[in-house]
Amino acid sequence: MKHVTEEELIAYREGIAEQRAAISEHLAACKECRGELERIEAILAALDTLPVPEPGADYGRQVWREIAPRLAEKAGRWWQVWFEPRRLATAGAVVALIVAAFVAGRFTKRLNPPDNIANKEQVRERILVVAVGEHLGHTERMLVELSNAAPDEPAQKAVNISAEQRRAEDLLQENRLYRQTALQEGDAGLASVLDELERVLLDVAHSPDEVTPAQLEAIQKKIEARGILFKVRVVNKELQQRQEAPTPAPPQNDPTKRERNKV
Amino acid sequence: MNRMQQSVDSTQAIAESDAVAVERTLAGDRDAYRVLVERHSHNIFRLAYRMTGNRHDAEEVVQEAFLRGYQKLGQFAARSNFGTWVYRIAANYAIDRMRQRQKEEARREMPRTQDGDGMENDPLTRVKDEAPTPERLTQSIELRKQMEQALAALTEAERTAFVMRHWEGCGIEEIAAVLKSSSNATKNTVFRAVQKLRHALQPIVETRAQARAMGTES
Repeated sequence: MKHVTEEELIAYREGIAEQRAAISEHLAACKECRGELERIEAILAALDTLPVPEPGADYGRQVWREIAPRLAEKAGRWWQVWFEPRRLATAGAVVALIVAAFVAGRFTKRLNPPDNIANKEQVRERILVVAVGEHLGHTERMLVELSNAAPDEPAQKAVNISAEQRRAEDLLQENRLYRQTALQEGDAGLASVLDELERVLLDVAHSPDEVTPAQLEAIQKKIEARGILFKVRVVNKELQQRQEAPTPAPPQNDPTKRERNKV
Repeated sequence: MNRMQQSVDSTQAIAESDAVAVERTLAGDRDAYRVLVERHSHNIFRLAYRMTGNRHDAEEVVQEAFLRGYQKLGQFAARSNFGTWVYRIAANYAIDRMRQRQKEEARREMPRTQDGDGMENDPLTRVKDEAPTPERLTQSIELRKQMEQALAALTEAERTAFVMRHWEGCGIEEIAAVLKSSSNATKNTVFRAVQKLRHALQPIVETRAQARAMGTES
């Protein structure tokens, strides 16, 4: 008797087999193939025990709260999205970066043509360093304020953190942009810290406008446990040092220099 | 009315109600989109979590899917089911996110540590076990770790095909559209995924089954 192949058994189990009736017939008669199918089913049954977290009954509303400010007034016209005030702020920052990089690139080209490519790289990196430094500064201030927030009176039942929440939403968009840029620039360390920061910002942005003192404490403990403030400070310090570091001198074996020396 | 008929009727009612919400959104009623977001967020989250393997990325995928859906709603033109359409957008974005995450992981110098979410979702904290012995706990942790590693070792296409077919019950044509592949190639991708998972997990699953059988006998 010709047995059913592993491929056919998997296709049968997943409901995509073409010869379904023939395989069923064979399985009814063949103990060996039934055993093989049971072994495949045991693996799939084990995988089915992997849990998916329940995002909560309120999740749909949370998603809407998150995306509503980023939607254009009318759907379907892609260019309108870029005229949203919050998008404009981010887009403005990006345009400013590009223009600055372009101008700086042109300038360095005139100054020192052979080092053009290296200089452009340095200028781009410096612009990223300055922009991310500023972003980390804003984020640090928001997290410090949130970490120090407390009820005005001991009997107070709710603390309003809507201001921090809105700032976290804005910072989240910037953070995502800088993380992707850092990745493209190959700065894995910076991308990693920005990734961790994104999780914290996401937590804060998803919090309700008003929280109980216990909820506030839980948020504060989460920030503390991740040690994110410390990491933000360390990275910001490093970025400041990079910013203050002098631009490396052009290489000594510059052929144009040799030409000049000859003359 | 039997249960299957009720389910078909309810699906049709949702599709019709979705179509109305899409039309109203396209006519400029932005709040109509809220209905669609609130209705489909849970399904998209489940797909995204299974594809990306973590809550943070899953939430990003959900938001991006609805943002992109809104921007492209003019192209939707009510010719298909909104739920299926936004689901496809989410699957595509999740593939991009998985690729990006793999690059990040490869670049990261330090080994990844278990974060808060991981522990929170640990099956051990969810399963109510009357007598969890340390051995059983260790085995469960080990099994979960191995299953996550086996899933992470699949290619993006294999993981997408497996998640969409096995867990989400999507049709081969739908999965093929996401993978930009033919039906036959997609079937092969599902097969390769299950085969790889089987080879990675069979030893530990069989050991556990044997241990359980011995425990029952004693």
